[in-house]
Amino acid sequence: MRLHSSSVAERGRDLLRLPLKTNRDVVAARQAVARELKARGARPIRVTRFATAVSEIARNTVLHGGGGSFAVFLDPASGYLMVECRDAGEGIADLDRAMTDGYSTGGSMGRGLGGAKRLADRFEIETGPGKGTRVILGARL
Amino acid sequence: MPNNGTAHILTLLEADFAGIVDEWVGAQIEEGVKRSDLFSDAESRAQSTELLKALAKGMRANDNTVEFDFSADAWDDLRAVLADITRERVNRGVTPTEMATFMLALKGPLFDRLRSSLGKDAEALVEQIMLVSRLVDSFAIHTNEVFIAEREQIIDRQREEMMELSTPVVELWDRVLTLPLIGTLDSARAQEVMENLLETILQRQAEVVIVDITGVGTVDTQVAQHLLRAAAAVRLMGAECIISGISPMIAQTMVQLGIDVGSVSTRQNIRAALADALPKVGYNIHRVKDS
Amino acid sequence: MSGVAAINLVENALLVSIQDDVTDTDIIELQDTLSQRIALEENIRGVVLDISALEIVDTFVGRVIAQLAGIARLLDAQTFVVGMRPAVAVTLVELGMYLPESRTALSLTHALAQLKRG
Repeated sequence: MRLHSSSVAERGRDLLRLPLKTNRDVVAARQAVARELKARGARPIRVTRFATAVSEIARNTVLHGGGGSFAVFLDPASGYLMVECRDAGEGIADLDRAMTDGYSTGGSMGRGLGGAKRLADRFEIETGPGKGTRVILGARL
Repeated sequence: MPNNGTAHILTLLEADFAGIVDEWVGAQIEEGVKRSDLFSDAESRAQSTELLKALAKGMRANDNTVEFDFSADAWDDLRAVLADITRERVNRGVTPTEMATFMLALKGPLFDRLRSSLGKDAEALVEQIMLVSRLVDSFAIHTNEVFIAEREQIIDRQREEMMELSTPVVELWDRVLTLPLIGTLDSARAQEVMENLLETILQRQAEVVIVDITGVGTVDTQVAQHLLRAAAAVRLMGAECIISGISPMIAQTMVQLGIDVGSVSTRQNIRAALADALPKVGYNIHRVKDS
Repeated sequence: MSGVAAINLVENALLVSIQDDVTDTDIIELQDTLSQRIALEENIRGVVLDISALEIVDTFVGRVIAQLAGIARLLDAQTFVVGMRPAVAVTLVELGMYLPESRTALSLTHALAQLKRG
């Protein structure tokens, strides 16, 4: 899968960038996203849906990706609030299976990826064995 | 004749502005799109004149050194006038086809004048005819876009109005709410209805919610899924959900479709649901003697 | 442990308020602590988790709550989830997490009343 917003230069300056190494970073990431959405007038239901999606993906970065980084930016084309979680971990070998509800390699319930995709207005993923994982989530404002 | 873009057409237009208006209105009558039933002669003429003026203005401002582009700044006024006239005509009942034909009828008078002025220079003639065609075609396309956008706005507004109208959450009794569903339950509406219901549960601290589907035409797998999801969300918030208004027909369909309502309570009508709900919140209904 | 307020014993129930900055580690510790206390203390009939401060409940937290309810049931206590926000309820349903193992109530008071009724 190819990503639209492939470079920082194309997408403009990040609103914020945080490390994703620990459990506490996951909390900081989802709280930061909730703050950014609220500051832009998003309704509570949309804040919760999107922050939940971010929480799922950020946890994957910490748990399966061995840690990575988190960035929030605005997509100039769509005006969406975007989130990027990336790691240099082992990547996902069978993406189709990983996207299926109920499938998991990490001992969780395996609803993370599929659930996050349903909850976000935009979802892109770039991964492969040994290539790390990069997920972009977008919320309509 | 050098390729000077819209300059030549502009000269022709300025040379005989009134004549072109006359012929265009004439062509509209010929094509049967003047709609004398909806617009007076004065109105048709005023609209056509206004459009031609905006066209002339656009051609004066247009950069002839680059390829024609109707979204360029030079055409701002013309696009605005086109949008206004389209809206006006749509509101009075003109169809999109008539609106497009109305615009396309402008080609005739312009082609005639090109033929008389460039008759011998075939190359220039073809080039100018192609340019006029592109111009006028883009007007027609633009009116169509405005037409569709206008329709979509009307549909959105009506959908919103309908949504508000048809999903009132009513407090039936202390801590008992009812949601009488009417019509069809698509995904967007189901989501809206569910959010509205959950907010009301929070505000009123409601303990029992009766979702009445007497007014729902058909219950297919998708509608049933929406209902069960709403019931699940109600339960997660800590209230109880009863679905009432299950007719024998709906019951049959649900069984045939293999829909399992699981632990959700269902009742035949809202009366049975209320009789069930009141004891749950600590009330009993008694018949007053001798009445 | 941050992210979780102190555990209070009211009547026969253990009450806990979960805070919005709860981490995965906090919630696992909470599951552990609560399980131990149900087993160690006499006559605990219920565990009440107040999640009204939570803006999100994701699949991980949802799964731990479901497990806690399962553990409590084995130890003969019921688990109540109280104060779930509408937005959280909608999102959990979307994620397919219906928490069937736990009971639910609007508030702490409602949960205690239900516990008394049995």
